[in-house]
Amino acid sequence: MDETRKEFWLNAVLLIGLFATPVIALMIDEPFYVTLSTRVAIFALAAVGLNIALGLGGMVSFGHALYFGLGGYVAGIMAHHAFSGVPMVFGLSGSDQMLVIWPVAMLLSGLIAAIVGALSLRTSGIFFIMITLAFAQMAYYFAIGWPTYGGEDGLSIFVRNQFPGLNTMQTWNMFLLAYGALVIALVLFAMLRNARFGAALMAIRQNPERVAAVGISPFGIKLAAFVISGMITGLSGAMMADLNRFVSPSMMSWHTSGQLIVICILGGVGRLFGPVAGAAVFVGFEVVFGGLTQHWQFWLGLVLLGVVLFARGGVIGIIAGRERHG
Amino acid sequence: MAEPVLDLAGVSKSFGALKATQDVSLTLMPGEIHALIGPNGAGKSTLMALVSGKLAPDSGRIVVQGQDVSGLSVAQRARLGLGRSFQVSSLIPEYSARRNVMLALQARQGHSYRMLWPVRRDRSLTEPAEEILARVGLEGRASVPSETLSHGERRLLEIAVALALEPAAFLLDEPMAGMGAEGARTLTAFLDTLRAEAPILLVEHDMDAVFALADRVSVLANGRVIATGSVAEIRADPAVREAYLGEEEGA
Amino acid sequence: MSLALFIEQLLNGVQFGLMLFLMAAGLTLVFGVMGLINLAHGSLYMIGAFICAGVAAATGNFWIGLAAGVAAAAAAGAIIEVTVIRRLYARDHLDQVLATFALILILSEGTSMLFGPFPLYLSRPDSLAGTVHLGFGFNYSLYRLALIGFGVAVAIGLWMLITRTQLGVRIRAGESDREMIAALGVNIKALYTVVFALGAALAGLAGALVGSIQSVQVGMGEPVLILAFVVIVIGGIGSIKGALVGALLVGVIDTMGRFLLPRLFDLLFEAGRATDIGAAIASMLIYMLMAAVLLLRPKGLFPAHG
Repeated sequence: MDETRKEFWLNAVLLIGLFATPVIALMIDEPFYVTLSTRVAIFALAAVGLNIALGLGGMVSFGHALYFGLGGYVAGIMAHHAFSGVPMVFGLSGSDQMLVIWPVAMLLSGLIAAIVGALSLRTSGIFFIMITLAFAQMAYYFAIGWPTYGGEDGLSIFVRNQFPGLNTMQTWNMFLLAYGALVIALVLFAMLRNARFGAALMAIRQNPERVAAVGISPFGIKLAAFVISGMITGLSGAMMADLNRFVSPSMMSWHTSGQLIVICILGGVGRLFGPVAGAAVFVGFEVVFGGLTQHWQFWLGLVLLGVVLFARGGVIGIIAGRERHG
Repeated sequence: MAEPVLDLAGVSKSFGALKATQDVSLTLMPGEIHALIGPNGAGKSTLMALVSGKLAPDSGRIVVQGQDVSGLSVAQRARLGLGRSFQVSSLIPEYSARRNVMLALQARQGHSYRMLWPVRRDRSLTEPAEEILARVGLEGRASVPSETLSHGERRLLEIAVALALEPAAFLLDEPMAGMGAEGARTLTAFLDTLRAEAPILLVEHDMDAVFALADRVSVLANGRVIATGSVAEIRADPAVREAYLGEEEGA
Repeated sequence: MSLALFIEQLLNGVQFGLMLFLMAAGLTLVFGVMGLINLAHGSLYMIGAFICAGVAAATGNFWIGLAAGVAAAAAAGAIIEVTVIRRLYARDHLDQVLATFALILILSEGTSMLFGPFPLYLSRPDSLAGTVHLGFGFNYSLYRLALIGFGVAVAIGLWMLITRTQLGVRIRAGESDREMIAALGVNIKALYTVVFALGAALAGLAGALVGSIQSVQVGMGEPVLILAFVVIVIGGIGSIKGALVGALLVGVIDTMGRFLLPRLFDLLFEAGRATDIGAAIASMLIYMLMAAVLLLRPKGLFPAHG
């Protein structure tokens, strides 16, 4: 079977498998696995966002937890104000409607990503990594230090935010929302990658000098990609906050940034379904080894080291070979 | 007299104490091939970088079709009509030959922020790409990733990418490098026809090609233009023989 | 606010900055010579602190602990370089980030398996206990003063090492041209191991020294690592001088910001939470400094190459 076709079937298996798992779990009355599948879908969504910057654009952002946490705090803070009835800044009231929260989370994440990107894309390589990390860390310390929304202890969402026509307190409905968002993000990713924007972006990753020489400014393309990337990860953060009904500074910690990169890499960086495969492997690993030993991250580190040193293509690369750009 | 397509006036560039380019003035007229020669270290690469925009000049002006581009970036200059090829092939390694040409076409057309329509099915990109590849003789290799093309094929793809830009002026940096005698002859014949499309500023070590193609030759030594003239004039110029040709023949 | 308190905070800032310098110097050396970004540098800091605390507790002597901590960090650095890092020099930054992130997970969890989940306590050496009188009725912790002395001594030693010794010549050559020193017959593999171990020893030293003013626990190296990154971005990558200036800037601005801003906010605003907000903003100061440096000098204050 040729490799493109293998990848197609692998993607189909992942897409259907992620949907079938909670269905089966419901049938055999194991709601834990519904929540777990929702976690996979949301982490995959976050990593789809990162995959645009990292996989397509080659921008090693070690600070995507910033957008993840920002989205989370938007959900938490808006819900908090909706619950208390006290207006937020400038007399704006809070909201417990996901359809309000999500756009706000995405816009705010996009705005912050534009600022961080405009600063950090002035540099490249190792500087870029350290700067994205540092800005995320700045937000992390700010979240810890600012007591209004719980500081280090985080902020609880007492009643999960609403979505018209769905009872979000039922985990299955949360799964549907996360899965739906993931599918939309995947479609968007695929379109963007195949379009002129993606052609330019992937070319910049490989040879920015050549791209400039044909007349496309790498900076603008990379910044646009970085902003879109931050927006998608921001949306996933809002969903994760609602799933956990809790948001805390740890969503912004650099471990979270590292995890998102690890998910991309485990699945196969730049691949359409890499984030889905990676999130499934990551969450699966967490559950299986986390149940066996409290030091499961030790084993995760060993596996990761092995993948980096010996199996660079991730899950999808191992099964479907290298990607081709005919 | 026609306006020059490319006009360098008093361009200088230093790196610390090293004066890499000193007060260089030269023009590229419509329809001509202007060759830039000089011994290694004469400053040809620096001059190319200054023209293409990779380096900014310390002083002097670079004008493309009447517009001062001295302060513009590489990408902006490319959009204004400078189509360059690289001395060492610089392509998008994972992209096929076709996709490399399509990227240049896309840059020429603009719209690189279009996020929806797939390029694969964009006939305003695919069809001209096939034509251009056929022109340089790479039609059978369109789907091969550029990193697996042979050296000679990559040189041709460099030319194809420059062609796709439909530039006002070609900047070709040693297009013959490592081509082999047969390939160099074919490419020489091709470049000969190319001047009708746009003038060429040609940096080249292959003297057979330079003497066969160039309408004018400028000789660079220690960052300065020491002579400009026809092939015959340059061959006869004693200063050039001393700075360059003599050295070459003695070697 | 008394002048004495102000001076005390200023000295604390200098002391913090010098400890940051120990971290940043190793990072920037490793990047300058080998082109490698090492996220696990904070783990070496942690190893230095843990071994120092463990050995000091067992022997009852801080100095033996300190020597053991530095030696352990250097040894760990050498082992890591030979087994893992060496394979990463030719790889891209993404692989370096991932592999060294994996090393953090392994080393952090490994440490917590060995030492248990609870923080260790490392007491100051008796000879450096108490305070010292600095005139004008102002007393300062003797131990912190000793840390400043240590930091200055190491900075001078490092400068001498790089400018005056054979190893330093090789390190500088390695920064400017890797192939060149290979051509000169320098054993480049050994050089890389030595440089990495040297950086690790500096990190271990910082960890062991700071361990007795903070608690010794898993994950202690990570905040310091990120501050060291900020230092390097500000100072310019690959530059020891930049690391020193950047570290002092970060140390002093961070400490003074945390000290002054809440008081300032308290004066300016009425609301009861002004102090908290001042503290939250103080924690962002050095990142704002970094952003400003990036805007004005994207390569840092002392760019090492051109």
